[in-house]
Amino acid sequence: MGDTKGGPVYRGLGKIPDQVLLLFASLVYLFLYAPIMVLVFFSFNSTKSTQVWTGFSTQWYGELIRDGSVLGAFKISLIVGLTATAIATVIGTLTALALSRHDFRGKTFADSAIYAATVMPEIVVGVSLLVFFVAATVELGIVTIIIAHVAFCISFVTIVVRARLSGMDRSVEEAAQDLGATPVQTFLRVTLPLILPGVMAGALLAFTLSFDDFVITFFVAGVGSSTLPLKIYSMIKFGVSPVINALSTVVMVSTMVLILGGSRFLTRRENA
Amino acid sequence: MSKGGRGWTLRLAGLLSPVTVWLGLFFLIPLLLIVAYSFGKSGVYGGLTLGFYPGNYLKVFDPLYLEIIVRTLVIALTNTFLCLLVGYPLAYFITFKGGRYKHILILLVMIPFWTSLLLRTYAWVVILGGDNGIANRVLQFLHITDHPLTLIFTPQAVTMGMVYSYLPFMILPLYAALEKFDRRLKEAAQDLGASRWHTFWRVTFPLSMPGVIAGSILVFIPSAGEFVIPNLLGGARSMLVGTLIQQQFLEARDWAFGSALAVMLAVLLVGAIMFYVRRVGTEKLEEV
Repeated sequence: MGDTKGGPVYRGLGKIPDQVLLLFASLVYLFLYAPIMVLVFFSFNSTKSTQVWTGFSTQWYGELIRDGSVLGAFKISLIVGLTATAIATVIGTLTALALSRHDFRGKTFADSAIYAATVMPEIVVGVSLLVFFVAATVELGIVTIIIAHVAFCISFVTIVVRARLSGMDRSVEEAAQDLGATPVQTFLRVTLPLILPGVMAGALLAFTLSFDDFVITFFVAGVGSSTLPLKIYSMIKFGVSPVINALSTVVMVSTMVLILGGSRFLTRRENA
Repeated sequence: MSKGGRGWTLRLAGLLSPVTVWLGLFFLIPLLLIVAYSFGKSGVYGGLTLGFYPGNYLKVFDPLYLEIIVRTLVIALTNTFLCLLVGYPLAYFITFKGGRYKHILILLVMIPFWTSLLLRTYAWVVILGGDNGIANRVLQFLHITDHPLTLIFTPQAVTMGMVYSYLPFMILPLYAALEKFDRRLKEAAQDLGASRWHTFWRVTFPLSMPGVIAGSILVFIPSAGEFVIPNLLGGARSMLVGTLIQQQFLEARDWAFGSALAVMLAVLLVGAIMFYVRRVGTEKLEEV
């Protein structure tokens, strides 16, 4: 138990609340995980029921693979996610450099705009972009989805990279410049390698946000440009089915592998 | 990098122009556009005339819409309160009783937070649905009820889905706040004769306020604008503002009224955050 330093007087008193707390915590974890477990469990059901267990089968995964529209939506999500991540990571990193290294007029405004973009309710961002694209007569589709995703990812990348920059020792950069390196050389050879874990973490966050986004995408997607979350939503609206359970399982497992693998990789790099 | 001079200005302009263009064009201008539209007038066939018609804002006082707005605020506040009620003891448990399992316990809170909200809501669609559904069978097994209840498509189902989805948003900032807490203060209070109960309410809880506020904001804002959860778990009688906005844009095609609703939601929520930032500072938000 954590609080070993506690004196003998109140340690005895604390025994009962501790057990209540432990029981409570176990119930909360059960609450967090039971629905996910149920979802995964019934993806292996042998009949079409998502509620009554009849036997083991992997037929729903087979059906999932054969469903071309799911695969198509997955491809669109992947294209959108990778493109939006690449653009947002570059822009976000440049912004972080500007904000942490320079003082300028309008910096407070820039700061506020970046925070506003992270806290603005998604539905407001979604409808305002819809109105904008329609007013500008831009046809809704994969391009408008990418534009929208970059817009909400930039701020998150900026915040993550900036945190990394603020923890960085500036004297290394100064040393490089004193030794005659140009600003570009200093950036590429000194600064970038040092902030790379932050940049990668920002990119990982951007990719997950983009891959998962439903609300904003819902408003800016056109006919025939359904991302995976849009496809899942329309499947749920159509009716509960073990195919959705199978798809959920695949999505959840891959997200977990990506994030746990990614953070493993990042902590290793940081320690190196 | 010395301040001033042409090189400095050019470099700064180079670093900042991409973000200015992108966020200016695809975030700020669209927002200004809906502010302009919110004062416009929708035509019968979906067209929109710009101008100054405050009527869209007055329309929210129509009992029909007022009911939806009040319901949204009630559900969002209930959700925030329930997340705090469930999340605080858990964050407390992880921080002070977690011992060497602390990191695993917090990771277990974060994992559902990374899985898509859509899928987590779908899980509840499955569990709550049907007379012979899992939730109904569990309730009957526990003898809480002897006949199947209508669980899905109710405001309670929406609240349930929201607590489930937003709980991690509450626990993580609470954990961050409690982690920084100096345990010696607790010991000092108890050495001075305060009971556990007293120590908690007079020392631990007040010091964890930044976490409580940050968590409440992180839960309240998305739940007030939520539209996935009410669309999937709520019925016609549990419509929230998010769904109302969506309908004005995609079905009713009354963009002026939809814009007014969106502007009000944004002003209300961003106003709440600005209030918080004034009080506590942005550092706390960055941590979470």
